Amino acid sequence: MHKTAEIIKVGIADMNMVKVPDLIRTTGLGSCVGVVLYDQAREMAGMAHVMLPDSSLSRAEPLNKAKFANTAIKELLNALIKAGARPSGIKAKIAGGAQMFQFSGSSDMMRIGPRNVEAVLHELKELRIPVIAQDVGGNSGRTIEFDPKTGFMQIRTVNKGNSEI
Amino acid sequence: MTFLKSISDVHLDILKEVGNIGAGHAATALSTLLNKKIDMKVPSVRVVSFDEVMDLAGGADNVVASVFLRIEGDAPGSMFFILPLPQAEKYIGQLTKNYSFSFSEEPDNELALSALQELGNILSGSYLSSLSDFTKLSLYPSVPALSIDMVGAVISFGLLELSQVSDYAIVIDTALDEEDAQLPDSVNGHFFLLPDPDSFHIIFSALGVRVDA
Repeated sequence: MHKTAEIIKVGIADMNMVKVPDLIRTTGLGSCVGVVLYDQAREMAGMAHVMLPDSSLSRAEPLNKAKFANTAIKELLNALIKAGARPSGIKAKIAGGAQMFQFSGSSDMMRIGPRNVEAVLHELKELRIPVIAQDVGGNSGRTIEFDPKTGFMQIRTVNKGNSEI
Repeated sequence: MTFLKSISDVHLDILKEVGNIGAGHAATALSTLLNKKIDMKVPSVRVVSFDEVMDLAGGADNVVASVFLRIEGDAPGSMFFILPLPQAEKYIGQLTKNYSFSFSEEPDNELALSALQELGNILSGSYLSSLSDFTKLSLYPSVPALSIDMVGAVISFGLLELSQVSDYAIVIDTALDEEDAQLPDSVNGHFFLLPDPDSFHIIFSALGVRVDA
């Protein structure tokens, strides 16, 4: 009997995991970065919707690890390994980090998109996770959906339609 | 949600009044601009998760026209004026006399976008200046920025300051309604006011209300 494929949703500053045949999706990424870690041989994937580059920015207790690039990716990696993924088989695809608004403002927050991307790439490098594909920057929002069966990430934008990485 | 612990029902009522006064002036401005009667819903003030903020504006995936500005000065924060696309098209028609404008056919029409940006500019400016008069706080709007995109992508930008202290936001939400709107679901626009975390006690004390830390 076939199990009906479900789409597991990941909210903002949130993370989750899926196994085949389910898909995993997050909607409306702006300056946030969607990070997918996947082990295709084991047909599983995890996704985090990262909002800020570094947990040192947090003044909140307890810390929401899914919110920050430097904590979310480690947490996701550990969760995947615990669920049976092979550390050597884990790869990454990322999307997001747009600059939604153009301001002349001086605040660091104004260029949070590029900073999030830098932080995510830095963390992936530290953890020696290869980045197979990325669709980052620009000034459009993105909705992404990952299929752990095929290893493809569908990306939908308002103005440029759909693409796949 | 530590920063929310000191917020009581009394404080939420005060924020509701803040929304009432600000959006009331914006509704009057819109009414004058379009020469139409504009109704305003009673503002709602809610403490909600970030995902619920998106839901208030129709869901993270929903494509909207939004004008965003940063509030600078004594009590910084973010402000959004959000319109569903059909309504944005309608307002553009009324302002530019180009009634056939549609985002799906000419998304880059500069005159149309500029008219919409100006609409947002006038409304949020009048919201903010009435708030400034009411609280006696210096509040300056940044130059507003317009975006036609997914709610999640747009609003998350206004949640960045809050996200450093909390996973929850206090949203002061006011809906404007055109009185003779034909559309069945005729909420025409939403104002979202998202004060930065440190701004709450500044607003309360400006209005003479104590916050016990």
